[in-house]
Amino acid sequence: MRRVAVIGVGDTKFGELWDASFRDIGIKAGLAAVEDANISAEKIDALFVGNMSAGRFIEQEHIGALIADYAGLAKDHIPATRVEAAGASGGLALRQGYMAIASGLHDIVVVGGAEKMMDVSDVASAFIQSSAADQEWETELGATFPSLHALIARRHMHEHGTTREQLADVAVKNHRHGSMNPKAQFQKEITRDTVLGSLMVSSPLRMFDCAPSSDGAAAVVLCPLDLAKNYTETPVEIVGSGQASDTLALHHRRDIMTFDATRVAAERAFKMAGVTQKDVDVAEVHDNFTISEILAIEDLGFFKKGEGGKATEDGRTSLDGDVAVNTSGGLKARGDPIGATGLAQAVEIVTQLRGKADKRQVKDASVGLTHNVGGTGATAVVHVFRRV
Amino acid sequence: MATAPRFWRQNPSRYNMVGIRCNSCGRNFFPPRAICPVCHRKSVGKMELVKYKGEGRIYSFTEVHDGLDERASLKPYVVAMVELEEGPKVTAQVIDCDPCTVEIGTKVRAVLRKLSEEGDAGVIHYGYKFVPVKEK
Ligand SMILES: [Zn+2]
Repeated sequence: MRRVAVIGVGDTKFGELWDASFRDIGIKAGLAAVEDANISAEKIDALFVGNMSAGRFIEQEHIGALIADYAGLAKDHIPATRVEAAGASGGLALRQGYMAIASGLHDIVVVGGAEKMMDVSDVASAFIQSSAADQEWETELGATFPSLHALIARRHMHEHGTTREQLADVAVKNHRHGSMNPKAQFQKEITRDTVLGSLMVSSPLRMFDCAPSSDGAAAVVLCPLDLAKNYTETPVEIVGSGQASDTLALHHRRDIMTFDATRVAAERAFKMAGVTQKDVDVAEVHDNFTISEILAIEDLGFFKKGEGGKATEDGRTSLDGDVAVNTSGGLKARGDPIGATGLAQAVEIVTQLRGKADKRQVKDASVGLTHNVGGTGATAVVHVFRRV
Repeated sequence: MATAPRFWRQNPSRYNMVGIRCNSCGRNFFPPRAICPVCHRKSVGKMELVKYKGEGRIYSFTEVHDGLDERASLKPYVVAMVELEEGPKVTAQVIDCDPCTVEIGTKVRAVLRKLSEEGDAGVIHYGYKFVPVKEK
């Protein structure tokens, strides 16, 4: 297998991008990544696009060819593939690009992710997001996507003593990080009271426990590590890639307070990378709800099961903590345009490992991790990155 | 919206809490599935439909304030994960209760109720919800 490097990254601002279409944002992120990698379009061998539900958000399927076309690549007839795994679509697309280069099939691959969520009503958007869960045996019986995470939160609080305030601390930290990220959807700091006083969504989770709906796109350019120095002074190697699946419905899990898919994907990625949790300086994890970040930092192995809330409260996941978690602001503050999220995580980690994260820079960051989840943990993708 | 045949296929389990038992390992699954995920090929021909009692206890619960249609949003409703006596867990609404009295461990029983309706004159879908059971 060949070693793989990221040589370019690009993204759009996340948020309500009323004046831009799906194709506009997809191309903007892709062009920024290609520009950053300093490659010409003819060099691109293949394109992968992470996208959850363009068919329902903008009534457009066939996203692979669409993006290749508007990127001006139709005449080159490159293979263009859409990848879908609900919230993990972006991370999974990155893994497809990684495998395409590692296998020797392609040399230069662009991986993008995009979602345009704000063209539909809030109720329609909630319906679409709920299709990441089991439609027949969860949603149709009354469960919403936030409510399934509320079931996890309630049980985690019941068994492990995680407090309502500790959940709020996840949002407070991620908004603080987001305030230092000019691309973030929310750049204002909040307090515990902001979270605890916000509207109830699904008890015990309130509005500020939930990541927002967003428009946005992000992209990276990959190539074999031994070619990377031809394009950039600061390549970042992808040293581990792990993917795992689990039951679609939350109620079929061995334990609803653990995402086994995260645990297994992380084990696979760490083993491949030859590093451990202690080596990781900075991690972008899937905090679509505050409880999700607590689960993530436990299941990735940074903290013991049941200790994620306390670790957050104690600041161990802050910018200057044991491991800096969600320096971009995470899904919570940077925004969560579903298919783009896995790529936005990679963009942040590469930026950190290049030492270019400005005010939110983690000192001497050399190893980073991304963690992207689909549904309530039925898919998880973990990547480990290292500064070359 | 789901088509009528989709609901029709689910009806035996939706109406009567019919699950399936693997007679190779004795485990129960709900809804029924063709193969036991523990025994794999050994379970072929040994999966038997079983009508569950429909009783269990609340494993976790939430009060939903942002239901998936405008009407539901007006009035919070309770969704719970229920651990059935036969072993499997299911997700469903808990009704006929003051949300304040629902707790982890509360005993509940399945009842057949309307789940949803397609439009004002559309097909009505029925399925299980749970009601609290008084314990002696
Ligand atoms: Zn069996």
